[in-house]
Amino acid sequence: MSLLELRDVEVVYQRRDGTLVPAVAGASLDVNAGEIVGLVGETGCGKSSLAKAAVGLVPVASGSITFEGRPVHVLGRRARPVSERRLQLVFQNPYESINPRRTVGAQVADAFAIGRTQARSSWRPRVEDLLRQVGLPATMARRFPHQLSGGQRQRIAIARALAADPAMIVLDEPLSALDASVQAQVANLLVELARNLHVGMLLISHDLAIVRHVAHRTAVMYLGVIVETAPTADLWTAPMHPYTQALIDSIPHADGAGHLPVALPGEIPDPARPPSGCRFHPRCPRVMDRCLSEVPELVAKDGGRRVACWLHEAPGGARRAADGPSVAP
Amino acid sequence: MKTLLSVRDLRVWLDTARGPLSIVDGVSFDISAGQVFGLAGESGSGKTITALALLGLLPAGARTGGSAILDGRDLMTMRTAQRRRTRGREVAMVFQDPMSSLHPMLTIERQLTEHLRYQLGMSRKEADERAVELLTEVRIPNPEAALRGHPHQFSGGMRQRIQIAIALACEPRLLVADEPTTALDVTVQAGILRLLHRLCQEKDLAVMLITHDLGVLSALADTVTVMYAGRVVESGPTAQVMGRSRHPYTRGLVDSLPHPEAADRALVPIAGEPAGPESRPAGCAFHPRCRYMEPPCATAVPPLIRIDDGREMACPVDPLVASLAR
Repeated sequence: MSLLELRDVEVVYQRRDGTLVPAVAGASLDVNAGEIVGLVGETGCGKSSLAKAAVGLVPVASGSITFEGRPVHVLGRRARPVSERRLQLVFQNPYESINPRRTVGAQVADAFAIGRTQARSSWRPRVEDLLRQVGLPATMARRFPHQLSGGQRQRIAIARALAADPAMIVLDEPLSALDASVQAQVANLLVELARNLHVGMLLISHDLAIVRHVAHRTAVMYLGVIVETAPTADLWTAPMHPYTQALIDSIPHADGAGHLPVALPGEIPDPARPPSGCRFHPRCPRVMDRCLSEVPELVAKDGGRRVACWLHEAPGGARRAADGPSVAP
Repeated sequence: MKTLLSVRDLRVWLDTARGPLSIVDGVSFDISAGQVFGLAGESGSGKTITALALLGLLPAGARTGGSAILDGRDLMTMRTAQRRRTRGREVAMVFQDPMSSLHPMLTIERQLTEHLRYQLGMSRKEADERAVELLTEVRIPNPEAALRGHPHQFSGGMRQRIQIAIALACEPRLLVADEPTTALDVTVQAGILRLLHRLCQEKDLAVMLITHDLGVLSALADTVTVMYAGRVVESGPTAQVMGRSRHPYTRGLVDSLPHPEAADRALVPIAGEPAGPESRPAGCAFHPRCRYMEPPCATAVPPLIRIDDGREMACPVDPLVASLAR
């Protein structure tokens, strides 16, 4: 049993005109203790909806989400069940997720007040511990958020999550609001925390390059479904799904070589009217006849990889060499 | 290669309650026709303010110094009316977020033909025909229908293409693009980068590309200038500055990025955080974060020194610079 298990999760929103929009259309994902799983994809692929569903911020239309073997409840007016306090969420923008009018220390201590897990006298030293754990001086506790930089605020948001003594943290684009030099600091912090505290992390990001350095395993999402998941290094060096390949090819490299990245034609379609067959087929450079009508299943391959593509129909990795990375023109 | 815009010793101050605050402190560069000039830097480095100063779009209370010569005329000392004519006709700007720079309630036609009618005096019919040409140029599918649409009906990538079409309406010679792809997905970003590259080649357009994303700069820019805390720290051909960066700050930025060919090495961040205008350190502004810091760095502002591979850099500790400075 994994720490966090998502099984065939569907998240459906309703538009004002009544149209149903399946933002997540049957996605399964596991995260184990101490493991960082990256979830990547373009805007509108449903990755944030899946993250919100994972912590109970949006209801699931079907499928199941379990944390430590127990189902995750949708957050209502009542307090979260105690069993779910060890499942925490960190948001993208630390300018919005932190209260500007309260000191950093008071906000980090919220988890103690709500959890009633520790005596009030122990709050202060514990807050200072947490600040040090995320690489901030203990004196930061008396500051207000406006006195901090973006990187420091994101560390505070992480410290707040850690205050609940989590087993699992879901992070929704935690790095994208930060400057490049600071992004690397926070990325390294996440790796350290996962290793030292044995916390599982689900890292949602549109930045495949940073996920590659942080995540042990990466799942690629396209229009509500997961199209490929594999150990991060394998996914990057030998992507099997043409969409994964396209994502990798579109990343510009800071090497001064002047190579223009490869654009993926078209745009992510309206999730309310997904294409027939394989959802990626209208943009796929290697589309075949059957892709137009038949939906490919996520099939297990060698080395813990799963891929949903008719190019790799046979189980195992036998066809990989033949298909190779010939997708790029 | 003909220099189109020559910026020398550009300075920008903001008047605050506590006296003048220096935002841009002596920035110089040249931009050539048909080339992409990249201006790199993190938030607070002054790169956007540099662009706004060139266009005369600084907030009230800002004062400027230095010169920016476009065709023998100084953009910095132009009168308002002349500047208004220059803007759009010779220099146009594309902003980061097309959702906030396009008017949400006006049709694309209205926004695209405004320049054509007021700046070039075209009739409505002429302007409409030209608008279709422009949308075709930036590869908007079905341009006639697109003209009747409103911004919210387009995706982020399409809106950015429309914004570029508007900027190109009066055939400017310099396009200033401030973080044009930062709000977009990488897959869409690649398309916009290719579009800018094509326009630059086909129309002999000069592009000033402002971004914090060194990958984007590497892909598109011919020359790169790296700013830190309002000053230039390193500049030169992209292959040199990005491929073989020398300044400790540029080097640090490159090392802090995920690298495609070296996946297993940890990211090497720069210690500390970028310095904002109100808290810029004395001497070399990078010295508190610099691994190679020596005592003089904390007191004297290092001058930009040209070294023999075509780049300029401001670092007295660099052995090449040190040998030349003597």
